[in-house]
Amino acid sequence: MKKIIIGDKAPEFTLPDTTGKEHSLADYPGKVVAVIFSCNHCPYVRAWEDRMVDIQADYADKNVHILAINSNDARTYPADSYTNMKRRVEEKGFNFPYLRDETQDVARMFGAERTPEVFLFNEDDILAYHGAIDDNYDNPEGVGEHYLRDALDALLSGSSPDPVETKPVGCTIKWK
Amino acid sequence: MHIRFLYYKDCPSHETALQRLREVLEEEGVQASVEVLEVRTESEAQEHSFVGSPTIRIDGRDIAPISEDAVYGLTCRAYYKEDGRISPLPPKDMIRKAIIKLK
Repeated sequence: MKKIIIGDKAPEFTLPDTTGKEHSLADYPGKVVAVIFSCNHCPYVRAWEDRMVDIQADYADKNVHILAINSNDARTYPADSYTNMKRRVEEKGFNFPYLRDETQDVARMFGAERTPEVFLFNEDDILAYHGAIDDNYDNPEGVGEHYLRDALDALLSGSSPDPVETKPVGCTIKWK
Repeated sequence: MHIRFLYYKDCPSHETALQRLREVLEEEGVQASVEVLEVRTESEAQEHSFVGSPTIRIDGRDIAPISEDAVYGLTCRAYYKEDGRISPLPPKDMIRKAIIKLK
C-alpha cells in the first residue's frame, strides 16, 4: 500500500465525528494539524490517549489541531464501533474530533498501518512529521523523546522537525 | 511449573514481555520451561483461546483475568496496571504474583 511521505500534500478527505459533524483539512486553513489514526480497543492507543488530550490542551492556543481517525473494521472488532467511539469521547473527555473512516478509504489514502500513527501537517498542509507520539507507550513518566511535541515546537518556531520520521508503534489497522 | 508464552508478531510488545517474564523467573529463582508459541492465524487464535498478545499461562492458567466479552483473535492485549492505567505489557508484579502463587 502506498504511503504518503514527508513533503507530500495532505490527502483530501471528509469524515464525520461522533456528533455527525463532518471534518476536512480544509476546515483548518493555515493551521498545524496532526492526523492520528486511532481506535478504541488497541492498548497502545489506550496507553497514549491521555497524552493526546494533554497535547491538544497544551497547543490549542497555538492553532494546533488534532484529528483522530478510527478506520478499524467494527464487524470483527465490535469495540471499535461508532457507538463505542461516542462513549470513548465522553469517558476520556476528548478535546479533538474523533472521526469515523467506515470505508477505510482514508487510511488507504494515507498509507496508515498502525494505531496510533501520527501524520503531522504544517500550515501549508505538507507532511512534516510521521510516526509515534513519543518513545514510551508503557510509562508517560519515562518518556525520553517527545516526538510529536518536539515536531510541533519546531513547526511553530518556523523550523523543520528533527527527526521527521519515527517508527509508529501500535496495533495494526484492522482491515475488512 | 510449565509456562506458555503466546504472541502475535504484529504486536510490538512481545519481546519486552518475554524479557520481563524471564527476568521475574530469574529474580524468583524459579526453574521453569517457557514454551514460546507464535499465533499466526485466526484459526490458531481460536484453537489456543488466544485473547491477545502477549498471553502468559502458568500451568494452563492465564496470569491476568479475562473479561467475559473477550474475543479470540490476532490482536494486542490490554493489561491493567495497579494504578488503573492500561498497558500493552503485563506488569512485572502481575507476572510475579502469578509465579509465586504456584511456586
